[in-house]
Amino acid sequence: MKRLTYFKNTLLAGLVIAMTVSCERDISDDAVIATFPNTPDIFTDAPVGLTDQFFQSFNPAFGANPNGFGTDDNEAYEGTSSIRIDVPTPNDPDGNFIGGIFTDRGAGRDLSGYDALTFWAKGSLTASIEVGFGTDFETDTYPVSTIIELSSGWKKYVIPMPDPSKLVQERGMFLFSAGSFDVLGNDNFNDASTFADNLGYTFWIDELRFEKLGTIDLLFPYILNGQDQETDIFTGYTQTIGGLGATFNLGTGNNVSVVAARPYFDFSSSDTSVATVTSTGDVTVIGPGVATITGSIGNAQGNGSLQLNSAGSFVNAPIPTQAQADVISIYSESYTSVTGFNPGVFAGSNTESISVQGFDGNNHVNYEGIDFIGIGWDGTVNVTGETMVHLDVQLTSAPGSALVMELIDFGPDDTDNGFGDGSAGGFNVSSQLIQGEWVSIDIPLSSFTLPTGGGGAGSPNLGNIGYIVFVSSNGASFLVDNIYFY
Amino acid sequence: MKKIIKNSILALTIISSTVFVSCDADETQTVATLNNLVMADEFDVDGAPNSSLWTYDLGDGTQQGLPPGWGNNELQVYTNNAENVEVQNGLLVITAREGNSGGYTSARIKTQGLFEQQYGRFEARIRLPQGKGLWPAFWLLGSDCDQNPWPACGEIDVMEYLGNKPTVVFGSVHGPNYSGGDSISKEYELTDDRFDTDFHVFGIEWSPGRINYYVDDVLYQSITPETIAEETNGEGTWVFDNSFYIILNVAVGGNLPGFPDANTTFPQRMFVDYVRVYN
Repeated sequence: MKRLTYFKNTLLAGLVIAMTVSCERDISDDAVIATFPNTPDIFTDAPVGLTDQFFQSFNPAFGANPNGFGTDDNEAYEGTSSIRIDVPTPNDPDGNFIGGIFTDRGAGRDLSGYDALTFWAKGSLTASIEVGFGTDFETDTYPVSTIIELSSGWKKYVIPMPDPSKLVQERGMFLFSAGSFDVLGNDNFNDASTFADNLGYTFWIDELRFEKLGTIDLLFPYILNGQDQETDIFTGYTQTIGGLGATFNLGTGNNVSVVAARPYFDFSSSDTSVATVTSTGDVTVIGPGVATITGSIGNAQGNGSLQLNSAGSFVNAPIPTQAQADVISIYSESYTSVTGFNPGVFAGSNTESISVQGFDGNNHVNYEGIDFIGIGWDGTVNVTGETMVHLDVQLTSAPGSALVMELIDFGPDDTDNGFGDGSAGGFNVSSQLIQGEWVSIDIPLSSFTLPTGGGGAGSPNLGNIGYIVFVSSNGASFLVDNIYFY
Repeated sequence: MKKIIKNSILALTIISSTVFVSCDADETQTVATLNNLVMADEFDVDGAPNSSLWTYDLGDGTQQGLPPGWGNNELQVYTNNAENVEVQNGLLVITAREGNSGGYTSARIKTQGLFEQQYGRFEARIRLPQGKGLWPAFWLLGSDCDQNPWPACGEIDVMEYLGNKPTVVFGSVHGPNYSGGDSISKEYELTDDRFDTDFHVFGIEWSPGRINYYVDDVLYQSITPETIAEETNGEGTWVFDNSFYIILNVAVGGNLPGFPDANTTFPQRMFVDYVRVYN
């Protein structure tokens, strides 16, 4: 087959200085010349325009091993030399991982004309390492990073730049971080011994530079890892938007995602009378209504959003009116209460969540989707001299939610050891609950007559009360405050 | 006579502090010679494609007597619905969609019986879709395929593209003893751009005894009867001395592109700025 191919001849003979000249767009007389150099190369056969230090390690105090970095004149993708990095084993006394940065020796480079950091690399093992740019150990304004898997032969890697227009004076040229190779795939960050079988290895990097490839397509930025989240909250709620990055389609057709710092993003709120968001992604709810927080890079709208359903100002439970001297308080800011209060000393396996939340300095406990939970404290309380127990409850699940309150008396031994000397009884509060409103419930201590889920027969003794238990047969959610005997 | 001159070549010589820049091309390439416009659809009228020029291939191929999947195990069902084919804002838009039940719809339009021509320059300006499994094409089929079954009637693929290779297109001919996977074909790769982020011009110039393929201003393949004889060890014959009609389509899945994967998003669109034919 005769093939007539058109060859693009590019002849570039540069003497004295290197220049870039485009015939398609002439530089006009009043063109603004970039303030900082746009040198693309970082390492070819030697560092290009980097600090004399070349490699700046992460802090050895945090385990970074500063010893495994160097150049190798026996390995090169192109030319005569490459960067060689020896990744330590987990037991290396000098540090169990290696990583750090290269920075520009000057005031920074103008990278706005490039669209990717590229390099060639190969590894003695097919380990995964972190690589990126934009970290300078000073301002760390525009970090970008991703995880790559090494291969045993030289391979070109492309790290797309989310928004090159931001990088007009960047000192952070390159970042890498590499830990030992999990050869058995059993690493567990909660168990250091699982790292003991990991292997050290070596990898090489060559022809490290910024490039204008033209073949990269930004598919979408993302916030919150691309998830659409929704939460019911009140005025005063704050959250910082995380999970930031961007996904690109490379000229190879493969997708690459990078983690990108907040300053690449513009955040916005769909209703700034409900919630505001700062340029650093800090969200504050300021009023009732619904607001959705989104993020974008340049003109590209990000995937992922945070929908805030604000009920407005939270109304705290009513302030109790009993005198301190007349109460034995378990949980209330209005009284001196028991020490060691624990809103979930035990909980059934289906209970979804137990948390303490506060508004205007007044805390309450938020129980979500419980089957049963136990409230505990230090020691026991003797309420034989009292006649009533009080609590404020706000139902947050649907009307009809079932809720039984139980008192558990440990008996004279003051110990939670069953019903030898202990006793327990329950009272059904379901009918008194109103969704979305605080209800003050006052129960005579003589009314805890129901048998309990734990085997109590009802009508407990009152001299050594050690737990208050809530039981729901249908997963009730509710808020509780101001639990006291009087 | 139209000459498109490659002018990105630059010869730069710097001597001392004197800078001499030459923008003169030191090489010219005659890409297209035919300049007499005989048919053009600029897609300037919103709505369905001009019915005096375009008709449809519909369904999954079985109505055409092919096995389901148009003989290539393609996944899409072609429709003439506006959501699959519509002229909007000066562009023909062919949209491949994923149905709720997992199947795909798309469109394939053709000038069969409405515009058919032997020889000439066939050109279109197109922005292509993205993602594995997407297989758009701008191609010609012999007008006599009904009487003289494919591949004997001939097929000229001006442009084919696979959505997971966004920098590569290919041009091909199919005929007796060089069809399907054995077609005569050549790739053209962009080194600093992509086909799915901007428009590019795809064309052939077809004359007695030669079909030249070009992308933008680059001629990348020339096929002659001698090419066919060489590529087929003398088994194949030149079947490109009849009239042909134009087809534009976006296929999904099939033997050549493979199936969409987790990174393929729908809908995906092929935008056609114009189709022009010269002789």
